[in-house]
Amino acid sequence: MPRAGLITAENNSDIDLEFTGDEDEVSTFQEELERGRHRGRRRDGDREKKKRGNRRRKGASKETVEGEEESQNRLEKRERRRKRAKRHQEARGRERDEEEQAKIKSGKKAKTRKKVKNEKTRKVEEKEEEEGEAGERNAKGKMKHGGAKREEKKEDGGKHTVKEKAQEVKKKKHKTVVETSSEEEMSEEANEDNEEEEKELRPESLSPEELENLKEAVDERKKLIQSLRGKPWPMKKKLVTLRESQEFVEKYEGALGKGKGRRLYAYKVMMSKKWMKFQRDFENFKTVCIPWEMKIKEIESHFGSSVASYFIFLRWMYGINMILFGLTFGLVMVPEALMGRPYGSISRKTVPRAEEASAMDFAVLWDCGGYAQYSVLFYGYYNSQRAIGWLKFRMPLSYFLVGVGTVAYSYMVVIRTMARNSNESGGGDDNSFNFSWKMFTSWDYLIGNPETADNKFASITTSFKEAILEEQESHKDDNIHLTRFLRVLANFLVLCCLAGSGYLIYFVVRRSQKFALDGLDTHTWWERNEVNMVMSLLGMFCPMLFDVISALENYHPRVALQWQLGRIFALFLGNLYTFIIALMDEINLKREEEMIIKYNISMWEASFYNSSVSGNSTAPPVIIQPADVPRGPCWETMVGQEFVRLIISDTMTTYITLLIGDFLRAVLVRFLNYCWCWDLEAGFPSYSEFDVSGNVLSLIFNQGMIWMGAFYAPCLPALNVLRLHVSMYLQCWAVMCCNVPQERVFKASGSNNFYMAMLLVILFLSTLPAIYTIVTIPPSFDCGPFSGKKRMFDVIAETLESDFPAWFGKVFSSASNPGLVLPFILLMVLAIYYLQSTSKSYKEVNVELKKKLQAQNEENKKKNKRAALKAQTDLEEARNATSQTAQQQQETDGDEKHASRQRLHHGTTGHNPPPPDHERRPLATRAPVPRPYHHDNHGTPGYLPGFSQQSEPRLYRVPSLQRH
Amino acid sequence: MGNKQTIFTAEQLDAYQDNPFRQRIAEAFSEDGEGNMTLEDFLDMFSVLSEMAPRDLKAYYAFKIYDFNNDDFICKADLEKTVNKLTRSELTEDEVRMVCEKVIDECDLDNDGRLSLEDFQHMIVRAPDFLSTFHIRI
Repeated sequence: MPRAGLITAENNSDIDLEFTGDEDEVSTFQEELERGRHRGRRRDGDREKKKRGNRRRKGASKETVEGEEESQNRLEKRERRRKRAKRHQEARGRERDEEEQAKIKSGKKAKTRKKVKNEKTRKVEEKEEEEGEAGERNAKGKMKHGGAKREEKKEDGGKHTVKEKAQEVKKKKHKTVVETSSEEEMSEEANEDNEEEEKELRPESLSPEELENLKEAVDERKKLIQSLRGKPWPMKKKLVTLRESQEFVEKYEGALGKGKGRRLYAYKVMMSKKWMKFQRDFENFKTVCIPWEMKIKEIESHFGSSVASYFIFLRWMYGINMILFGLTFGLVMVPEALMGRPYGSISRKTVPRAEEASAMDFAVLWDCGGYAQYSVLFYGYYNSQRAIGWLKFRMPLSYFLVGVGTVAYSYMVVIRTMARNSNESGGGDDNSFNFSWKMFTSWDYLIGNPETADNKFASITTSFKEAILEEQESHKDDNIHLTRFLRVLANFLVLCCLAGSGYLIYFVVRRSQKFALDGLDTHTWWERNEVNMVMSLLGMFCPMLFDVISALENYHPRVALQWQLGRIFALFLGNLYTFIIALMDEINLKREEEMIIKYNISMWEASFYNSSVSGNSTAPPVIIQPADVPRGPCWETMVGQEFVRLIISDTMTTYITLLIGDFLRAVLVRFLNYCWCWDLEAGFPSYSEFDVSGNVLSLIFNQGMIWMGAFYAPCLPALNVLRLHVSMYLQCWAVMCCNVPQERVFKASGSNNFYMAMLLVILFLSTLPAIYTIVTIPPSFDCGPFSGKKRMFDVIAETLESDFPAWFGKVFSSASNPGLVLPFILLMVLAIYYLQSTSKSYKEVNVELKKKLQAQNEENKKKNKRAALKAQTDLEEARNATSQTAQQQQETDGDEKHASRQRLHHGTTGHNPPPPDHERRPLATRAPVPRPYHHDNHGTPGYLPGFSQQSEPRLYRVPSLQRH
Repeated sequence: MGNKQTIFTAEQLDAYQDNPFRQRIAEAFSEDGEGNMTLEDFLDMFSVLSEMAPRDLKAYYAFKIYDFNNDDFICKADLEKTVNKLTRSELTEDEVRMVCEKVIDECDLDNDGRLSLEDFQHMIVRAPDFLSTFHIRI
């Protein structure tokens, strides 16, 4: 077999890689001779290779890549070419030897590109041949390469796959072409080309310089593959270019590795490809895992992007709550349930005797009394035992850290999201393109619903009219005093509303405390749930009231929306804080009660002890059932319960309003319309719109309550997850079935960060009372993980003392002394100040740059104007001469920009001639290697070949680069 | 993902009949310029109007779509057509003219009274809503 010869040839070429000069000549000469000797045998080898190829083709893998016909054609072509090539070779064999000798004598080192090319291609060819001989192992590797490549291709042009699929369908019968074989064919074809060329140009050495060039070319192709998606080319051209580049890279990437390192290099390449494929698959997997994607997209197509943004927000919130839930569930609830003492073992884990009768009532579900109160769902159930179970799980510490971690994580997520949003929307705030943006970006291409489209048309029209009005500044402020008066009146009314609702809540909470003191059982359902119901109802009706009031003000709708949002925000916040203040009162009451009970208990214990002592000192003490042990009121559980009740009633009201306000209304409007005196659908009640801002606000406040109460009721995140899950489906359904698209669609993208900022404010405001209670109020003496401690955070100090080595505690205590802490805080403040001032200066620089840019634009405008004027005068003169030449001149206008643009448009709009080299390539007689290279250099004198890829933001230049 | 759909329902096709530029989209992406698409043109269209397509690519094709007379410039007539399509001709002629003048005033950097691709891209890449609205979903 020709193997030995080929291997030597390969070695020679390896030497070529490393050395230059005469030795190259010699080696190539030897190689040539060897080749001549083995030519006959090589033909056999070729034949064999082909056979192998056929075999592989028959061994049909599932992926059909190209149509069989195409490859068949290629095969035939290749065969023809091969025959011709061989004839040539034989004819030229002798001549070549002579030439070679002459060459050596002259000792000249040829540097023409073509020769280099030739050498390179030959080398690669040899390598490939060697691979062919080396047998299955390499072939396998190659196949893998092919697979990876193919994957890449699929991804690179999503459309590509589509096309492939289309072909697949068409040509299912010919499904026998293995992709690897087809790719091999390609390379073989290239080999044939090279062989052909060999006789025309004599092979020469490969200097490092040229190797560098080759490397560059490969890199360039790689870059091209990556940036191909962003090119405004027709699909055909993209496909052709992609395929070519991939072949090129495939073929010459291996050539870059040297000698022994080649296999390693190939392996590396293979691994990197596999890694890429894996990453891609993983990305796809992640996309599949995004929940409710299809639902949201459907809504988006019906209602536009603003309504969809609410659902995306809801999903985001759901994700956060999932994580919070995971934290509390995994680190607090499950360990306590599994490893803590079981129910009924101690008094805090048992339903008291008095409540036992009603502990399983149905009302427990929403009251969270009875068994629910004495379970892992609430603070009071947890034991203060330092370590539980065989894992020595530090329960109180874990409880505390989870509480802190929940808040910290929420802060982190919200701030990170805000920063990302502001990055994305950065720079889009200037108002210089008001009309243009209205014209070119106001149509939402996603809209696929006639009704929405109608609304969109209407809103675009009104927005244009408004803009025109604003522009003309014919905004007649005919009765400015009346408007002012009305606005003041409106604000007064709103303030009254806010104060009224605040007072109502306060009143109701105080009343409920009275009821609670009387005992809950003597009151009706309404009296027991008054607080939550009142809060929910206020949250429901006040916004409507505000809406009516804001009609007085006569603001621009966007300003009105902001006012509305601000007022609702104030209302919710006021309600929440009134509730908290009332709760604080209650906590204080409970603590007084606790003091008394504590005293009583000590008395009781003492008396009990005394009685047992006085009775019989040796008798075993009477065992008291834990249910009978007197206990304190446990204000923490009470707070948690209040929040849970609040959440439940809030959820219920939301759903009920949804059902009544949206669904029932829609049903009535729909069916009463047949027998009513006016058109209900178009007239007064009509269908409801989806209120994006209101819904977002209630979501935010709901989340605020979760944050506030999560410390005292670990079940809250779980409850919220449930709620969000249900409301996702319910609201999706409600929107699709009974809402109509908004008439006035406001930009959702701009206000995203507005909502996030609100969320941040709420987060801060809701963690404030929680932290306050944790830090200032001592925990109850007989319930919860911190019972018996003076403050809740003492658990940290305790852990430091007992679980860490002594030196750590010492270090910690010395680090926490004021002498160190104060400078540290000072340093942080300084750092913040420094960062803030630098960011401010950056902002200023940005503004400055913007100004400069604008000034430059103005200048350009002026300059162009002058140029245009000049051109016009020229034009006039020319027109005098001949009308035809004048027209031509008008097009080239004296302005250089125009000239280039014209060139560009020649390139891009004329679809007909795709780049000549790509089309003609299979027929070309030269090696395909450095062609693009060549072509680039030819095509655009003055441009670097890699330039087109680097100038990403000016993509439109690319066609002009590539086409010429 | 998970939305692999191979057959269009009639409703889905109808759904896109509300786009005022539907004819233009077809024309801009078809090779013959008359809205007759080959498969590749069709793929082109969806690749450009997909969410993944880069901003510049979208801007380039948006320019083609708004360039009604295919002269590689968005001139006043094109702008007027755009406005009329967007508002269903509900603006008066004066208003339309004014809007067009304003647009040209804002965007035309070389002051030749019409928008070139450069002008257009300069404007559109700064638009906050362009990326979120210029795509189509099946």
